[in-house]
Amino acid sequence: MASTEIMTLNMGPQHPSTHGVLRLVVELDGEVIQKITPHIGFLHRGVEKLSEHRTYHQTLPLTDRLDYLAPMSNNLGYVLAVEKLLDLEIPERAQTVRVIMNELTRLKSHLVWIACHALDIGAMTVFIYAFREREKVMDLYEKMSGARMTSNYYRIGGLSRELPAGFEKDVQEIVDTFPGHIDTYEGLLTKNTIWMQRTIGNGVISAEDAIDYGITGPALRGSGVDWDLRRDNPYSGYENYQFEVPVGVNCDTYDRYKVRLVEMRQSIKIIDQAMKRLKPGPILADAPQVCYPPKESVYNSIEGLIHHFKIASEGFPVPEGEVYQGIEAPKGELGYYIVSDGGTKPYRMRIRPPSFVNLGAIEKMAKGSMLADLVAIIGTLDIVLGEIDR
Amino acid sequence: MAENNRAVVMLKERFGDCVLDCKEFRGEVTVTVKKQRIVEVLKCLRDDLRYNFLTDVTAVDYLGRDERFMVVYHLYSIPNKDRIRVKAPVCEADCSIDSASGLWNTANWLEREAFDLMGIIFNNHPNLVRILMTDDWVGHPLRKDYPLQGPDREAYKGRLS
Repeated sequence: MASTEIMTLNMGPQHPSTHGVLRLVVELDGEVIQKITPHIGFLHRGVEKLSEHRTYHQTLPLTDRLDYLAPMSNNLGYVLAVEKLLDLEIPERAQTVRVIMNELTRLKSHLVWIACHALDIGAMTVFIYAFREREKVMDLYEKMSGARMTSNYYRIGGLSRELPAGFEKDVQEIVDTFPGHIDTYEGLLTKNTIWMQRTIGNGVISAEDAIDYGITGPALRGSGVDWDLRRDNPYSGYENYQFEVPVGVNCDTYDRYKVRLVEMRQSIKIIDQAMKRLKPGPILADAPQVCYPPKESVYNSIEGLIHHFKIASEGFPVPEGEVYQGIEAPKGELGYYIVSDGGTKPYRMRIRPPSFVNLGAIEKMAKGSMLADLVAIIGTLDIVLGEIDR
Repeated sequence: MAENNRAVVMLKERFGDCVLDCKEFRGEVTVTVKKQRIVEVLKCLRDDLRYNFLTDVTAVDYLGRDERFMVVYHLYSIPNKDRIRVKAPVCEADCSIDSASGLWNTANWLEREAFDLMGIIFNNHPNLVRILMTDDWVGHPLRKDYPLQGPDREAYKGRLS
């Protein structure tokens, strides 16, 4: 009789299906996973430490680089936290634009998820289609902020600049065409035998375990927990929108896939409603001690120039206190916990990244499954290493 | 006010002197408790007040205070859609606190991170090793006395031009 022994296999940090620099040490009995140990930190840039040495405005561009597939969500969490500390009221137009951009960001992030998830399992076509559509959102990002990924478009108090010409038309085109695109992905995957065999019953985690491991976002809803921060603890005016929160039943990869697809359709619905609410008005709060003056005044008046210089060089003092602001980012609950000592820089900024906590559950989800299914589990968790390692 | 909060009232009743402080700021309730009974406090919040979700565990370094560190827990109640923040002071000489990983598995990685970057020891933690920094790293980067540019480099003096 042949003897068996546990084999230790190294996967990553340069493995294409690990979505970045994730290293997994897998202990295998045959092809069955006995234990899995993730090693992270390869992309650690010390964002939390850096933020303690920068003013509140200077910290903003660091946040783009956390979840680089959803930069505007990161920006939103941060500006909301600082605005909460300042107790600042944001004009309605700015709030509505933030909702539109946030939902477009969710679409963009989910498109990368479906593209890579399908590619990992072997469906190449979806990848190419989804990346083609993602370009539409990226183009819009570029028109608004000048950058495709590191947008830095929001400001503490509102937005950095007015919307570009033709914004309504571009968004309308996305609203009109995306449901058809999502139909295409569904056509390619939902009833696809290989897809179903690879995802149904894969990576099962019960609702109790998911809560125990702190999973948030679509991965938690896939396990049947009806919880969405946009609806339950609204921010940025989300209470004004009608949308459904999809939940799964079977707690597996297939259900999480369906949840995310419905979420994409709901995002389009929210964007459509928000476009109808978009009225002309100010885009920055009336708080000259915090917000940058309009460029017009910076270039044409000495007072404006001094004003800009003061905020850019010294920053602004923030009342002493501590706040936590959680938002529903595409990957789950993204939280910013900021402690202020009354100075112009955060005394401590803690980022609660959804991917980090979600990845912690991989040990539970992958145990007992086949090695090939691990790739599907990484895909369904939808992790981004920039956010995990910070 | 924070004193009227249901959770604060119950914690004060159960834990008496162990509740050091309670505060409300911008609608967020913060309760500070003694670290000796932190696990009991968290268990009470989880089981009796339905704060069933551990959002975050982190630590703040208040260099210069008697009790230098503050370990911060963010709890969320999925049924009640409500948050509460629990804090426990930890002094530098005895830089340890009991682990919450017996209550939530979430705490496992989050506490590892707080240990790695802030140097807090979590007693009874199943696997308290570094998570973001390399295993042989010396020091805890998020401490206030840890220089921004790293331990062996000259401090950045700004642009010289």
